[in-house]
Amino acid sequence: MTSMNHLRNKVAVVGVGNTPYGNFPHKSDYALGADAFKAALVDSGLEKHEIDGLVTCRVPYYARMGEVLGLDPRWTLAMPGHGRMSGMAIIEAMLAIESGAADHVALIYTNIGRSRRMNYGGDDSASVWDPWGFTSPGAAHAMMFRMHMQRYGTTTRQLAEVSVAFRQHAILNPDAVMKKPMTIDDHEEARPIAEPLRLLDYCLINDGAVCMILTSAERAKDLRKPPVLITGAGGRDAFRRSAVANFDPDMWFTEAQDTSRQVYEMAGVGPDDVDALMCYDNFSPTVLFSLEGFGYCKRGESGAFVEGGRLALGGALPTNTDGGHLSNSYMQGWALNIEAVRQLRGECGIRQVPGCEVVHYVATTPCTRSIIYTRA
Amino acid sequence: MSYGTPVPDGDPLMEPFWQNAREHRLSVQCCRDCGDRHFPPSPVCPSCLSEEQDWEVVSGKATLISWVTFHRAYWDVLQSQLPYDVCLVALEEGPLLMSNFLGPRPENAREGLPLRVAFDAVSDHLTLPKFVAA
Ligand SMILES: [Zn+2]
Repeated sequence: MTSMNHLRNKVAVVGVGNTPYGNFPHKSDYALGADAFKAALVDSGLEKHEIDGLVTCRVPYYARMGEVLGLDPRWTLAMPGHGRMSGMAIIEAMLAIESGAADHVALIYTNIGRSRRMNYGGDDSASVWDPWGFTSPGAAHAMMFRMHMQRYGTTTRQLAEVSVAFRQHAILNPDAVMKKPMTIDDHEEARPIAEPLRLLDYCLINDGAVCMILTSAERAKDLRKPPVLITGAGGRDAFRRSAVANFDPDMWFTEAQDTSRQVYEMAGVGPDDVDALMCYDNFSPTVLFSLEGFGYCKRGESGAFVEGGRLALGGALPTNTDGGHLSNSYMQGWALNIEAVRQLRGECGIRQVPGCEVVHYVATTPCTRSIIYTRA
Repeated sequence: MSYGTPVPDGDPLMEPFWQNAREHRLSVQCCRDCGDRHFPPSPVCPSCLSEEQDWEVVSGKATLISWVTFHRAYWDVLQSQLPYDVCLVALEEGPLLMSNFLGPRPENAREGLPLRVAFDAVSDHLTLPKFVAA
């Protein structure tokens, strides 16, 4: 099989920006997108006219985004607002830059789900299973976590470790939405939503926008900030077993293993080399499935693995140091990718991982994607 | 068809499934060319891409994979049923089905528990295949 290994360290992230996160009923997607784009442009040191590639994600209409920003790119890609799209979009942008389709690509993600009362269930996501009352991506993850509990003896107190660690990080992040301290008991006593999951296993729903700017590693050398390189990337989709949305009877283990082989081989690193993990966390169980699928621990052992604050700053594997989707912001993977860049630049202040050189982004979903970033 | 939870777009592909259910038969789509059984139904066979698709009545035997208890209703009609369970079962013939327990959840519910289909006429027009301990 061919690979992307020859693209190791060829493309760099040179600009990142984000809006505040919260509830902004008077701001449109385009207004939020413009704020994030301006921030990323300043961060990169590029001039607006140098942007000749555009990726929009969850933006209602890509052309309106381009119109608002005054861009006429030679390469544009519009992606839907699914969490799995962030990693996919970044890999697409890497390929566009390496192929010569574009020199400087701006990737813009916007979300106004909070102020427009998006439900993520019921009529917002109609499916064949509605007559039995099955809906919502959270319930799909609850199904998988129940299987994990039954097969491996994993407990909800172990699952709580994930939410508790990420909340500790959010408290250190000035941008984060959730700042109230949380204990394992708080998690256990939270309102059940789709048991065995409770409120504190669920991602936030908030408004905001994120922008990343990518270019070739060669061009990145002359820009404002030290470039962060895309050192590894990989992916595998699981559509054949996707009849239940956001669910997989094998918790995407095969796809995660396949993706991990690709990303580690391309990057030339393994789990032991990773200084910080950015793990897509729409629901807390995904983190456990990711740790197993990407070889951080053996299959079935993620519950014990996360005990004792291993994922917290100061632990062996600092994960989602911005607070993740559970406590920072529901930016569907995008905020985690800019956190990866900021950690590698050493810009994270009191939540900085010391000596951070390798950061791993993982999204274990029906479109599993992974990216390894390193400092140039 | 609906009793408050929508059947999306009144999917014509699903019509034989609902017709069979009203007559207390559980069915899945079966490929006339390669014999692949699948559910939900597909316009072509996901295995061989044939358009020659039949509906096959299955045994109704299944095993439990998992279940969740909903404490939040995303449709008003389910508000009065809270908390309610949804179970995921594997049919003996292969396909997975999201469903409910008919009556209370089996006390010894766990992955692998043998189940059998039972039918619940929730309205004049809609009969839902559900499951009980075998
Ligand atoms: Zn066939």
